[in-house]
Amino acid sequence: MAISHGIASGMGGMRTAGDLVARMQMTRGMRIHEAKEYVANKLGVAIADLSDPVVMSEIREDMNIGRVNEAPGVAKGIDAKINIAELLDIEINSVNIFKKNVNWPSG
Amino acid sequence: MGKIQTRMGDGFRVEMTEAEIRHDLEEGVADAVLRAEIPPLTEDEMQYLFEIIECPDQNVSVKRGNDVILSYDSGTTKFKRANVSVSKIQSLQIYERLLGADTMDLGHIHYSFKPVKPIVPFEIPILEHALLMTIAPVFYGACPDLGSYAVPDGPCPNPADLLPKGKISEARASYEDAMEYVIKDAVYVSSAMYEAGADAINFDTTAAAGDAEFLAALKAVEILKKKYPQMCIMMGMASEFVLGMHGDVSYDGVKLAGLYPDKQVKMAEKAGVTIFGPSITIVSTKSLPWNIARSVTFVKACCEASNIPVHLNAGMGVGGVPMALTPPGDAVSRTSKAHVEICKLDGL
Repeated sequence: MAISHGIASGMGGMRTAGDLVARMQMTRGMRIHEAKEYVANKLGVAIADLSDPVVMSEIREDMNIGRVNEAPGVAKGIDAKINIAELLDIEINSVNIFKKNVNWPSG
Repeated sequence: MGKIQTRMGDGFRVEMTEAEIRHDLEEGVADAVLRAEIPPLTEDEMQYLFEIIECPDQNVSVKRGNDVILSYDSGTTKFKRANVSVSKIQSLQIYERLLGADTMDLGHIHYSFKPVKPIVPFEIPILEHALLMTIAPVFYGACPDLGSYAVPDGPCPNPADLLPKGKISEARASYEDAMEYVIKDAVYVSSAMYEAGADAINFDTTAAAGDAEFLAALKAVEILKKKYPQMCIMMGMASEFVLGMHGDVSYDGVKLAGLYPDKQVKMAEKAGVTIFGPSITIVSTKSLPWNIARSVTFVKACCEASNIPVHLNAGMGVGGVPMALTPPGDAVSRTSKAHVEICKLDGL
């Protein structure tokens, strides 16, 4: 069923920019169009590119924010989320906790 | 035009004429309008619905650019239910890496706050590890499940025993006691998971036990948002109609019994909910066109009333998805497209 919904109407998650748009709904309460516009502006792409897995795979690699097919040495988990928080200018709870745990320099 | 293949609310295939489908679409809309006192769909929307239903393609999808966010309830449970031998963390990785999930949901197999409470110390390390190795947002989900606090499962007298005896005030008192337990457990579990790093908390199947449960969930959200103003809380409902099992509880001056999604969402907004999930129950003896039309009418009114993102509950037996253990993709894709495009959903 998740697959049927995904194909019928889903953004595509990390294959595209679905996780990034979701974060804007979650952190700023943005409705779907506002969230897409915000993410597109931050990434410097057209809104149509957000759901394109070919374009987004390259964008995600360039910005080091994690992608489905991982290359060696790139950001993969919490490190990718640190980059996402900075890119989207949002607070990510797990990133803040990770930084606290490792005495991340503030400012 | 010959017969059109569609389905019943229980998922079984059925062939209908164009006239029969149009009739069922009208009737489905009329049922929602009558119950919730909301506007009907427009003629253009009715025609669009018909075209989605009659499309001969096996699966349909939204037009480019209309795609939305997918969120989940009981996410990791789905793998356990199918006896797939993977851990919860592996389940989340499968959602993220293989299923194109925009968000993910971690939860206990008994998906309620009450049974999670004693195992919080075991759930937290799973969440912490998952957060280190995944990138998409991770929700921690559970149901308020007020019914589980009644005898024989919990400490409160069972209202289902009291009500048939005419003990109305005693039943109400029991609901009120149970509310306090729900609030305490939901706040305890949600706080622990948020402090461990969860991106969001999912209050799932809210108001399954009626108006008192809805009030308890709203109060728990209020407390959580006061403690953690940045916390994202998704509230998914149990049904389109809040049952008046207590019958005399209000929130912000509004009696909760009998509220439909367009009013439910305003209560959720007031409490501080970030994402609202209406849930429209399938009537399994009615056709898929009837059920989709009815659900779309309720949800469109909800989306128009809402100031926060709306993610429709569209799993088996709700939101136009047939009540079947293995919902057919043709039906799921049709209800997905219909709701997203006509209701202007923010997610599913």
